[in-house]
Amino acid sequence: MGYSFPEEVLEHVFSFISLHTDRNAVSLVCKSWYEIERWCRRRIFIGNCYAVSPGIVIRRFPEVRSVELKGKPHFADFNLVPDGWGGYFYPWICEMARAYPWLEEIRLKRMVITDESLELISKSFKNFKVLVLSSCEGFSIDGLAAIAANCRNLRELDLRESEVEDLSGHWLSHFPDSCTSLQSLNMSCLLSEVSFSALVRLIARSPNLKTLRLNRAVPLEKLSTLLHRAPQLVELGTGAYSAEIRQDLLSNLTEAFAKCKELEGLSGFWDVVPFYLPAFYSVCSRLTSLNLSYATIQSPDVTKIITQCPNLQRLSVLDYIEDTGLDALSLSCKELRELRVFPSDPFVADANVALTEQGLVSVSEGCSKLQSVLYFCRQMSNSALTTIAKNRPNLTCFRLCILEPRAPDYQTLEPLDHGFGAIVDHCKQLQRLSLSGLLTDRVFEYIGNRAKKLEMLSIAFAGDSDLGLHFVLSGCESLRKLEIRDCPFGDKALLANVSKLETMRSLWMSSCSVSLGACKWLSQKMPRLNVEVIDEQGDLDSRPDSCHVEKLYVYRTVAGPRLDMPSFVRTMNQNPAYRR
Amino acid sequence: MTSPLLGIEGGGGQKNAKFTRYLGLSDCSSVDSSSISEVNKSSLNLKATELRLGLPGSQSPESSLTSSEKLDEKPLFPLLPSVDGICSSSTKTVVSGHKRIFTDAIDSCSEIKGLSEGNWLFSGSNSDPSKSVIQGNFVGNSNVNEIVSSGDQSNKVKTSNPPAAKAQVVGWPPVRSFRKNILATSSKNNDEVDGKPCSGALFVKVSMDGAPYLRKVDLRGYSTYQQLSSALEKMFTCFTIGQCGPQGGPGRENLSESKLRDLLHGSGYVLTYEDKDGDWMLVGDVPWDMFIGSCKRLKIMKGSDAIGLAPRASEKSKTRS
Repeated sequence: MGYSFPEEVLEHVFSFISLHTDRNAVSLVCKSWYEIERWCRRRIFIGNCYAVSPGIVIRRFPEVRSVELKGKPHFADFNLVPDGWGGYFYPWICEMARAYPWLEEIRLKRMVITDESLELISKSFKNFKVLVLSSCEGFSIDGLAAIAANCRNLRELDLRESEVEDLSGHWLSHFPDSCTSLQSLNMSCLLSEVSFSALVRLIARSPNLKTLRLNRAVPLEKLSTLLHRAPQLVELGTGAYSAEIRQDLLSNLTEAFAKCKELEGLSGFWDVVPFYLPAFYSVCSRLTSLNLSYATIQSPDVTKIITQCPNLQRLSVLDYIEDTGLDALSLSCKELRELRVFPSDPFVADANVALTEQGLVSVSEGCSKLQSVLYFCRQMSNSALTTIAKNRPNLTCFRLCILEPRAPDYQTLEPLDHGFGAIVDHCKQLQRLSLSGLLTDRVFEYIGNRAKKLEMLSIAFAGDSDLGLHFVLSGCESLRKLEIRDCPFGDKALLANVSKLETMRSLWMSSCSVSLGACKWLSQKMPRLNVEVIDEQGDLDSRPDSCHVEKLYVYRTVAGPRLDMPSFVRTMNQNPAYRR
Repeated sequence: MTSPLLGIEGGGGQKNAKFTRYLGLSDCSSVDSSSISEVNKSSLNLKATELRLGLPGSQSPESSLTSSEKLDEKPLFPLLPSVDGICSSSTKTVVSGHKRIFTDAIDSCSEIKGLSEGNWLFSGSNSDPSKSVIQGNFVGNSNVNEIVSSGDQSNKVKTSNPPAAKAQVVGWPPVRSFRKNILATSSKNNDEVDGKPCSGALFVKVSMDGAPYLRKVDLRGYSTYQQLSSALEKMFTCFTIGQCGPQGGPGRENLSESKLRDLLHGSGYVLTYEDKDGDWMLVGDVPWDMFIGSCKRLKIMKGSDAIGLAPRASEKSKTRS
């Protein structure tokens, strides 16, 4: 067996393989493939920043150009993870700054990144191009100024949904006049004003700018100025969409939009004054993506827009759209792939809008390409869910949030087990599912038996007993992420399925019935899991093993227990050396 | 719908008072005691008023329960009026420590029916002659740590038959906070009449000197300084207790109410906020509505650090042109 394939050829072949999962598979073929692959891997994705350490990553992959990291668990989005939990980027940037001088891209989600880190990024990588901070926090405008000032070839700066300390500095002016490389700028999350003149100048000298998402503070009066400078835009996020009613303003805006022949995506639309909506009607026929989820406009206005968008693929909207608007959507937008309907008034028990399960049923009937649904509503029935499932077996993501926890089928008052059972039965490619409403253990039996491709499951206020959790853990072969809150799941199911947990990225359980003792036992049995207990009462040491933990976060790791835990997070690893 | 309120008699009885705590607020504006609703006088569920620490219907704190034992509580359809104050949680078993109970209640109760968590805490002992948080509470707002109901519930509530005031559970419904804030100000712009607060949330960060991390509260969940102060107190209790050293015994119920009060007042914490201009002011001087309109963030400072803080807001507005 002396013949060996030249490395260069193999490298060339591998360069066509981009999916992380495929790359991982390649590296497992044999030792020499592992070696070749690791030297030529350019992009790494780390779904849980604590699953591995920077050192391990750098040792294995020395030539990385693009890093993507995720930090906090998903439920951090809903304030279930206390501040200070972790997810710090600093240790990563320290080592990467040394090890990856040619790093070009950093994408972070739910991580804490400081101005110091941002500065380090800006000064360590000569060819730095892409910075995406999704739902991150810990930094201020000063950090952005450093990025702007020092990254000569910056192509993309996307701060989507991050929390930025707005110390009202003017950071846009830090982009040097020589910087003309910008293709994408998303500052929609910034709360305070930016210097408009700096913004205009920046846009004017960025001929390749394709994506521009303004923040709310950019007034509508100034939008046409920006559009005139950037008619090549493909994606635009407006600022506040309101101004005094002025005919000349409307004409200007209409004209400006009309010049944007490439525009395919719109977002923003805070504070909409309906008078100005017609300004962008000319781009509707081209729109593939529309985010009206901040627009508090009523159903007729929404309907008027979407009936002009036959090419729409992604729509986010408030429930002001109502069933009538969704009916119209189902008739007009046959290309729809993704629908998200958010609640306008989530904390009022009584419905403030005429949006029911019927709207979703209509869309499922009319939009044959619909794959992804996020739907907030106040009532649901088993028959509606079954209809939806039969209509749309091609669903890959189904997230239903009935606002009232444990709400039953509003017609029969039964649990919604059968409805969701139909979903997992018909939608064989379902990868992501979020449950709500009144649910017994039976729904989990259905899920465990049928949802074989399910990768992420979110459960809240559901189930009767440990059996429910056991069905899921023992049945869902593809499960990677499981997040559970307020369910009567306890020790039995968890401890009966310990090895399953190593096949998953993470498990979150809060306000359930898992005991401290079980956590300790789990941790002892499974050394490659970090079993973290989050408990803000501060006296975990003196509590009996039988007491229930507030929050439990279990994830697989090759890096051992982390060392940056705050006092309210404890790992159950018995080794006292790891205790703080 | 009559809702039993734990330990509440109409008109500021002896049990009401113990529920309020002050966190060193300066000149708190008085509790809106005129808003006592008739429902306060409604029939009381005696079992629910039994003075103990724990979720109503739960067993004593020391016993350890398995989840199956606990599940004899049927999950109640939250909007049915027959709910008698028993939390519809069948998921929680009792744990020791009042803070836990507090969190339990938040996390598991899908509807709290206007009860303040203060009912279940500090039960039994002496009372402050101060006004009850409950009265202000019941006008549609349930006021607990991060529990919010729509600000305009208070306008909608009829005294004889309040609608099911939607008590928000932490993190439910799963809507991102920036979305809540934005909708709040949007509807404020579009629908606001007479500056009445509209539904939605207004989250601000709260930090405390010496605490390792900060929290967020929704200012629209409260309508008076006392409510806010109560909630903050509960939120940050664990830090102050921590300074005492670990408590012996099975849990927090050993810590007496007076000891807690002494600790907080003795250590002299003061509540301050940063206003729109970036100045740090003492909380409590301006009318509540004005306060939430200008408050950007809160900070619980040691009293000693707060000396020399910006002049009182009222003085500030006087000196302004």
